[in-house]
Amino acid sequence: MAVLSPTQSAPRRDGPAPRPPRRVGFSQRLGRWDVKVSPYLYVSPFFVLFAITGLFPLVYTAYVSVHDWNLLGGQGDFVGLQNYAEVLGQPVFWKSLANTFSIFVLSSIPQVILAITIAALLDQNLRAATFWRMGVLVPYVVAPVAVSMIFGRMFADQYGLINELLGIVGIDPVGWHSDRLASHVAIATMVNFRWTGYNALIFLAAMQAVPRELYEAAVIDGAGRVRQFFSVTVPQIRATVIFVVITSTIGGLQIFDEVRMFDATGLGGPDKDWMTTVVYLYDVAWGNQKDFGRASAVAWLLFVLVVGIGMVNFLVTRRISTSDGRRAKVSRRQTRAVVAHARAAAAAAPPPAGAAPGGPPGAADAPTPHRTTPGEDR
Amino acid sequence: MLDSTRPTARRTRRAVAATAGVASLALALTACGGGSEEPSAEGADPDEPITLTVATFNDFGYSDELLARYSEEHPNVTVEQVKAAKSEDARSNLTTKLAAGGDGLADIEAIEVDWLPELMEFPDLFTDLADPALDGRWLDWKVQQATTPDGKVIGYGTDIGPEAICYRADLFEAAGLPTDREKVAELLGGDDATWDDYFAAGKKFVGKSDAAWYDGAVPTYQGMVNQLDGAYEDPATGEPKDLASNTAVKDLYDQVLTASVDDELSAGLEQWGEDWVAGFQNDAFATMLCPAWMTGPIEENSGGITGWDVADVFPGGGGNWGGSFLTVPASGPNVEAAQELAAWLTDPAQQTEAFENAGTFPSQVDAQASEQVQSFTNDFFNEAPVGEIFTARAEAIDGAPFKGQHYFAIHQAVQNALNRVDLNGDDPEKSWQGALDEYASL
Repeated sequence: MAVLSPTQSAPRRDGPAPRPPRRVGFSQRLGRWDVKVSPYLYVSPFFVLFAITGLFPLVYTAYVSVHDWNLLGGQGDFVGLQNYAEVLGQPVFWKSLANTFSIFVLSSIPQVILAITIAALLDQNLRAATFWRMGVLVPYVVAPVAVSMIFGRMFADQYGLINELLGIVGIDPVGWHSDRLASHVAIATMVNFRWTGYNALIFLAAMQAVPRELYEAAVIDGAGRVRQFFSVTVPQIRATVIFVVITSTIGGLQIFDEVRMFDATGLGGPDKDWMTTVVYLYDVAWGNQKDFGRASAVAWLLFVLVVGIGMVNFLVTRRISTSDGRRAKVSRRQTRAVVAHARAAAAAAPPPAGAAPGGPPGAADAPTPHRTTPGEDR
Repeated sequence: MLDSTRPTARRTRRAVAATAGVASLALALTACGGGSEEPSAEGADPDEPITLTVATFNDFGYSDELLARYSEEHPNVTVEQVKAAKSEDARSNLTTKLAAGGDGLADIEAIEVDWLPELMEFPDLFTDLADPALDGRWLDWKVQQATTPDGKVIGYGTDIGPEAICYRADLFEAAGLPTDREKVAELLGGDDATWDDYFAAGKKFVGKSDAAWYDGAVPTYQGMVNQLDGAYEDPATGEPKDLASNTAVKDLYDQVLTASVDDELSAGLEQWGEDWVAGFQNDAFATMLCPAWMTGPIEENSGGITGWDVADVFPGGGGNWGGSFLTVPASGPNVEAAQELAAWLTDPAQQTEAFENAGTFPSQVDAQASEQVQSFTNDFFNEAPVGEIFTARAEAIDGAPFKGQHYFAIHQAVQNALNRVDLNGDDPEKSWQGALDEYASL
C-alpha cells in the first residue's frame, strides 16, 4: 500500500492532470482497481464463509417461515405471516420468553459479578498462579451434557444431593422440578458453573493490562484494596465488561442443553415451567408438531429479539463507556462553535482564558484543536 | 507515470491471483454444498461388493457374530451396525435426514412403534416391504401396525413389548403379602385381573409398607390407555376426538389419579428421570408395569437389590408397550439388498438369538414358540421363566390400538396433566383444564 499511494495522489497534488483521465492506460486502470478492490478481496473469505453459513440460513429461514412446512413433508403453501401470528398467539411461546429472561437474569448478573471477583483474586500475587488460573477454566472444558447430568443428580427432587444436605440442616426440600423459580435457579447454576471461569479469565487478561502505575498512585493516595478495585480496576476494564455482558446476553438467550437435560423429557416439565424459547423452537420443529414453518417463525422472532436486546445493550453500555461522570454532554456543533469562537478570538486579540469549557476527556472524539492552536498562534 | 507500469503489472498479477484464490475457495465451498453423487447400484452386478449399514438404538441384540454370519452367506455383502445410545437420538437423526432428502441415512433404519404415525403419513419415503413369502411370520397386529391403509408395509417387525407386572418380592414379604409369582398373579386378579384389583392390592400393600405401590401415574396410565382402541382419535377417520368430551380418557384420568394421590399408591416419580433411577435403590415402589424390554432397565438400575420377580398377570387383559421395526429408506443406493438383509434379520432364528442377547421379545410367531425362548429364564428376576411368561402375556393381547398422527400430541397433553398432579401436587381438575387448553392450542 505504501508504494501505491504516490501514484494515485500525485496528479492531484500537482494540480490538474496533464492528460485527460479517460486516456489512462489499461494497466493503470487495473492498478486503480487493485487499490480499490483487493483489500475487499483479502477480507472476503470471512464474508464468503459468513454468507454460506450465516446469511444463507438466515434468509432461508425467513423463506421457510412464510410457508407451511412439515419436517418430513417439506414445503407446502405460501401462508404469509400466518406462522408468526400463530406463534405469537400461543401462550407457551410467551411463557418460554419469560423463562428465558428469568434464567438469563439469574445467570448473567451473578456470573459477571462472580467472574470479576475471581479475576481480581487471581490478579493478586499467588503461588502457582498458572495452576489457579487454569483451574477456573476446568468447568468450561467439561461437556455441557456431562455438567447437566451431574447437576441433574444434585438437583433431583426426592433423592438429590442438595435436598439431602438441606434435610440435614432441617430445611424443607426444594421442589427443583415443581417450583418455577427454583427450576430457573437450578438451570442458571449449571450455566454459571460453565461460564464463570471462562469470563473470569477474560477479566483477568484485561486486569493485567491495567498500568501498574495507577495502583502505585492509588496507594500513595492512600487507597485500600477495595477502593483500588472500584476506582482503578473496574473503570480500566470497562470495555471488557461490556464485551462479556454482550456475549453472555447472546448466550443467555440461547440456553438449550441444560434445559434438555434437566428432566427425562427435556421439554421444560409438565407445565413448561423451564422451557426456554430455543427449546420451544426445537419442540415445534422436531416434537409433535413437526412444523418447520412455525419453528422458523420462532427463530426469526428470537433473532429480532436478540438484535433488539443487543441494540439496547449497545446503547446502554456505550453511554457507560463514554461517560466519565464529570464530563458534560457536548455536541459536535457546540464544540465547533467554541472552536470557531476561540480561533476568532485568538486572531483578533490575545488568547482568552476560558476557551475550553469542555474539558480534556472529550479530546479524543471532538475536533478540539483549541488547546494547542491558540498557543501556537502567538 | 509511465514509471509505475512495472509495479502495476506485478500488482495486477497479485490481484488476479487473489481473485483466483477467492474464486477457487468459493468453488470449493459450493462443491461441498452440492450433493455428492453416490454410485447407483441398482441394476448392477448382484455380486458386486457392497456395504450395508444398519442403524439401531439401545440394544437390538444384533451382535457382531450374528451380522458376520450374514456376510458368510453373502460373501459380497459387508454389514455395519450404527448404534445410537437413545431412541430419541435415532429418531431426530432419522427425521432430519429424511427431511434433507435421505442423504446419509443407513440402508436399514430401525424405528420404534411410536414413530410410526408420523412416518406413515409419508410412506413414499420408505420401500414397500410387502412380501407374500413372509405372510404369517409375525403376529397379525404387529404387521398391521406398519401397514398403510393401501396395503404398503413400511417395516418388518423385530420385537414387541407384552406387559406383565414386575414386583419386589422382598417388599411384598415385609408387608405380609404373598411372594410366590403364582400367588401374586392371583392376588392381582389372576386371568381376569382388572385395574381395580391392581389398585385394591396396592391399598393393602401401602397400609403396611413405607414404599409406594407403583412408580408413577403416567406409566400406569400408559398401560391403561393402551387398552382403549382409538383413545384420542376416531379409528375410522383419524380425526382427533374432542378431549373435553372424551369421557373414556377422563375416566381413566380420574381413576389413576384417585389411586395415585388419594390412595397414595404412586411414588410420584417421572420415568427415566434421576429420581426414578434413584428410586430403585431407595425402595421407592414395589411394582411396576413391565413390558418385556423393561426387565433390562430394572436390572440395570437395581444393582445390589435382590427380590425383583415377574408375575404372569396384567390388569384389564393384555397390553403391548413399544416394540420396533426395521425399515428400508427408499432413497438408499442398495434398496433390494437391504430388504433382503432386513428380512433375514427379522427371521425367527435371528430374532431368537437377538432375544437371548438383549431380551428383545420376538414378534415372530415361530420365534416365540421356539425352545430357546420358551425355556429362557432370567436370573436377576429370581429365575423367572420370562420366555414363558411373556409368551402368555403376548397371547393375551387382542390387537394393537389405533394410533393416528395426532395421538402423541394429545397423549403428551394428558401426560403433562397427570405429572402436574402426581409430581407437583396440583389440583386434578385444574390440571385437566390445563390439558384442555393445551389441546386447544394444537
